[in-house]
Amino acid sequence: MAHSEHPIVGNLTLISGPMVAAGGMLGVTMGEIVRVGNARLMGEVIRIDGATAYAQVFEDTGGLYVGEPVEAMGDALSVELGPGLLGGTFDGIQRPLESLRQASGDFIGRGLTSHALDRRTKWHLVPRVAPGDELTGGTVLGTVRETAGIEHRILAPPRAAGRVKRVVPEGEYTVTDTIVELDGGAALTLMHRWPVKQARPVARKLPPDRPFLTGQRVLDCLFPIALGGAAIVPGGFGTGKTVVEQTLAKFCNADVIVYVGCGERGNEMADVLSEFPALNDPRTGESLMNRTVLVVNTSNMPVAARDASVYTGITIAEYYRDQGYDVAVMADSTSRWAEALREISSRLEEMPGEEGYPTYLSARVAEFYERSGRVVCAGGERVGSLTLVGAVSPPGGDFSEPVTQTSLRVTGGLWALDSALAYRRHYPAINWNRSYSLYFAELDAWFDEHAPAGWIRQRQTAMQLMQRDAELQEVVQLVGPDALQDNERLILEISKMIREVFLQQNAFSDNDAFSSLEKSAGLLEALLAFHDACREQLDREVSLSRILDLPIREDLARLRDVPNEAFAERTRQVIEAMKTALAELTPKG
Amino acid sequence: MQTHEDHPRPARNDLVHREYWDLTYVTGPLVFLGNGERFPTGAMLDLVLDSGERRQGQVLEASRSRAVVQVLQGTHGIDVKRTAVSLRQDAARIAASKDVIGRRFNGVGDPIDGLPPLVADIEIDIGGAAINPVSRDKPSDFIETGISTIDGFNTLVRGQKLPIFFGAGLPANELASLIVRQAATQSDAEEFVVVFGAMGITEREAAFFLRSFEEGGRGSRVVAFINKASDPAIERLFTPRCALTIAEYLAFQHDCQVLVVLSDMTNYCEALRQIASAREEIPGRRGYPGYMYTDLASIYERAGRIRGKTGSVTQIPMLSMPDDDITHPIPDLTGYITEGQIVMSRGLHRRGVFPPVDVLPSLSRLMNNGIGEGLTRKDHRELANQLYACYAHGRDIRKLMSIVGEDALTALDQKYLRFAESFEAQMVGQGHTRRAIGETLDLGWQLLSIIPKEELTRINKDLIDRYYSEIMENGVPSPYI
Ligand SMILES: Nc1ncnc2c1ncn2[C@@H]1O[C@H](COP(=O)(O)OP(=O)(O)O)[C@@H](O)[C@H]1O
Ligand SMILES: [Mg+2]
Repeated sequence: MAHSEHPIVGNLTLISGPMVAAGGMLGVTMGEIVRVGNARLMGEVIRIDGATAYAQVFEDTGGLYVGEPVEAMGDALSVELGPGLLGGTFDGIQRPLESLRQASGDFIGRGLTSHALDRRTKWHLVPRVAPGDELTGGTVLGTVRETAGIEHRILAPPRAAGRVKRVVPEGEYTVTDTIVELDGGAALTLMHRWPVKQARPVARKLPPDRPFLTGQRVLDCLFPIALGGAAIVPGGFGTGKTVVEQTLAKFCNADVIVYVGCGERGNEMADVLSEFPALNDPRTGESLMNRTVLVVNTSNMPVAARDASVYTGITIAEYYRDQGYDVAVMADSTSRWAEALREISSRLEEMPGEEGYPTYLSARVAEFYERSGRVVCAGGERVGSLTLVGAVSPPGGDFSEPVTQTSLRVTGGLWALDSALAYRRHYPAINWNRSYSLYFAELDAWFDEHAPAGWIRQRQTAMQLMQRDAELQEVVQLVGPDALQDNERLILEISKMIREVFLQQNAFSDNDAFSSLEKSAGLLEALLAFHDACREQLDREVSLSRILDLPIREDLARLRDVPNEAFAERTRQVIEAMKTALAELTPKG
Repeated sequence: MQTHEDHPRPARNDLVHREYWDLTYVTGPLVFLGNGERFPTGAMLDLVLDSGERRQGQVLEASRSRAVVQVLQGTHGIDVKRTAVSLRQDAARIAASKDVIGRRFNGVGDPIDGLPPLVADIEIDIGGAAINPVSRDKPSDFIETGISTIDGFNTLVRGQKLPIFFGAGLPANELASLIVRQAATQSDAEEFVVVFGAMGITEREAAFFLRSFEEGGRGSRVVAFINKASDPAIERLFTPRCALTIAEYLAFQHDCQVLVVLSDMTNYCEALRQIASAREEIPGRRGYPGYMYTDLASIYERAGRIRGKTGSVTQIPMLSMPDDDITHPIPDLTGYITEGQIVMSRGLHRRGVFPPVDVLPSLSRLMNNGIGEGLTRKDHRELANQLYACYAHGRDIRKLMSIVGEDALTALDQKYLRFAESFEAQMVGQGHTRRAIGETLDLGWQLLSIIPKEELTRINKDLIDRYYSEIMENGVPSPYI
């Protein structure tokens, strides 16, 4: 809109894959949206050299001629924020995929435009401001029930300020109807726009001291991150990144999920679309789709739009955070975004950094993860959080590459997936020796207060056992299991049970895909109690092989498949039976 | 990219037959023209050499002062003074009609079966637009290949892309031809079509494939695009796209169940690397271009099903792993895109196991969609998980034994060892016999009987009671299906 009086229209001088250049563009700004060619493909200015502007194009550039017009549109790449996002599926530049389908059929055409938010839907607004009120960015103007679980708080745009002159009465409005007028004449609507590459302002950041719970035992117990924290999930192909992201999207304790499918498979998105509407949010009982926004730019969609997709996703997430919700962004895969940066950079003939990635890769990645956090929202005393979980796809599964390393420096959790575990179908294939969380210090107080008793101590015991197991395994690999004492072999056995019963969790199991804190704690408690009881028997000179022959081991192993509801009762029984069975082994007299 | 030498098509505009003589630069498979304003990017050009020889080029990049053109048949013999350039088509298109079934073409879609060019119903851009993710339908129809390691452990479904990774000298082609033959007998004859895209394979391999596709009596249901090792390398960049364009056309406009076999993707990637190095691009890992992931995705993602349509495109890309290395960029990037992979093992092959499929690194990501009650059998998923776990453990024990000797193993360890041996010999090494899925699963239960029942904690107790006990008692395959 900046150029509405003197539109800037230049001409294409270069077309090189997803990157184009145009002359005659004097006055265009960095980051500005341009319409490229007669087909009016959408692009974004990424370099200015005098009157020549270089742009990355979010659609396929095939068929363009040098000389075709390029028009600068005035705005930076922005998204529409307002009711109607939840349950939606958008491409990287926030076009609803359903609208694209209506426009061009089952295969995506070019040069299509569509509003992100439907202009006809009427929303029932309950105003929250009155004439005379002073408002600033983030003030709640009113509320709209967007889905049964989510009350959408209509926010004054971040830069708005002034005194309310007029407010519409409670009633039905479309996203573009004026609902509040300010003294200077400014008109506010149910929606506003925000440039995606700019973080939305907050009042202040808070320490991340509540856990981001996932229903995954290995994560909640051994490597929990905080609401407002950030973690990466790196792993070679087939190790389970996507299953982790999708499982968290189903079961985590966030109110709103933004799932960004960036440069990955179309069928995986179809999977989410067919599965989520039929699944219920474990906390509200509502369809999962009603708390989910999908941003999809699959691997065969234009590469530059991958860059747009991660920013579109995180901006939508910030918007719900600003309403006071806990929001989680699942980005699968951040490596494909980094590769898009690399491709554009190489077309611009920039000096490459490590492995051809641009030298600003680490700055971009850091900026991205810095948009996570737990905050006091702008314009009110609401608290919201934005948690980020980024999948990373390292070439050859080798974590020493730049995207993994760069991301590690700016995140607090590493959930390292391991091909060796995946090959043997140990899922989730999270390597317990390699993974870590930096959030323990902040979270322990919460776990102390809210988790089942003994949670922290059990976690430490389990970690020590696993550590000891790793050392003993090395010995076994050198000299065989015969060289170990019974109490050492017991550690191997218990660790094996921890791995198979506690750490493994089948995402497709009816009873075990989600494990409540109570179930997780109970399961670990049972295994550790078994360890203690076994040690006692060893001290009484009962041989390990007799202990291991006890059928109760199988009952312990099967505890995992007991549903969350029946779990406490069944565990009590098994622990009881286990103690009795072991006690009977003690030699009489 | 049908050639129309005999029947020139009427010019779309006056540009078509205008000739230009401004080649400025020739390098590797590329030529540069001194003006980039005349042709759109992606356009197909004719290059006529002084000798009268005609070659095809495609515009890769255009600016005011130059157009970068890749020459499909290579630049050998081209000079800058006497080569005429003209527009052939504004994009690479292929003629399609249902009569394409039974035809054979070269790697860029020109007939090589002695028959006249196809009378086109429609001409389609071989670049292919992306299927809108919301239009995709979930692939879930089980394809019974008769091969235990696939059906039982890495189930293939219609609409999946499942490559075969193999080292040089392993019988991958035999495996692929078995799969194709079995898939064919399962489908309604009228609707099943094999589309074969050959990139840089030998005369012998090409002949083997064609013969084996035809053996099932389905020769007339095959469409082949064949670029042999002796054919121009750059043409290979077009071959899979021609094949997939025809596959999509048959699947989504004519309701066919299409199985696409692409062999060998490694040769395709070599051609891609050749172009990249001629363009002096900054090379990525091992010299392959940084955009290889995106390029391969534009091929592999062209598989699937579409809501409301009955047809499907299933892809079996064949891919030879240089130096048996699964972390090499070609298998690595492929595995990141495809819905799993079937990995062949040299060790098993040496021991005479056929088909030598190593199930541990193999994976079918869509397996869960295609198996279970009503699809294959109720016990399938848990049984497969349990067999995987036992086999992986048995392999660990085998490794351990090679260090510490068999005597150091516990009795239980020895059972796992024996399980792994039997699994490889019987389950994997089925030879050329065909096994129904029920037989594969029954054999699985039989093998599990080597392991004490208490160890089988990956399987629900009810299933164990029903199947394991049955087999322990009778020792014969159970009749359940
Ligand atoms: N937690 C899990 N439970 C069961 N199966 C899993 C789990 N995680 C991964 N898998 C299996 O591994 C396959 C590959 O996982 P995926 O997440 O697609 O890998 P990636 O995204 O790392 O390539 C899945 O199709 C599934 O069969
Ligand atoms: Mg994935």
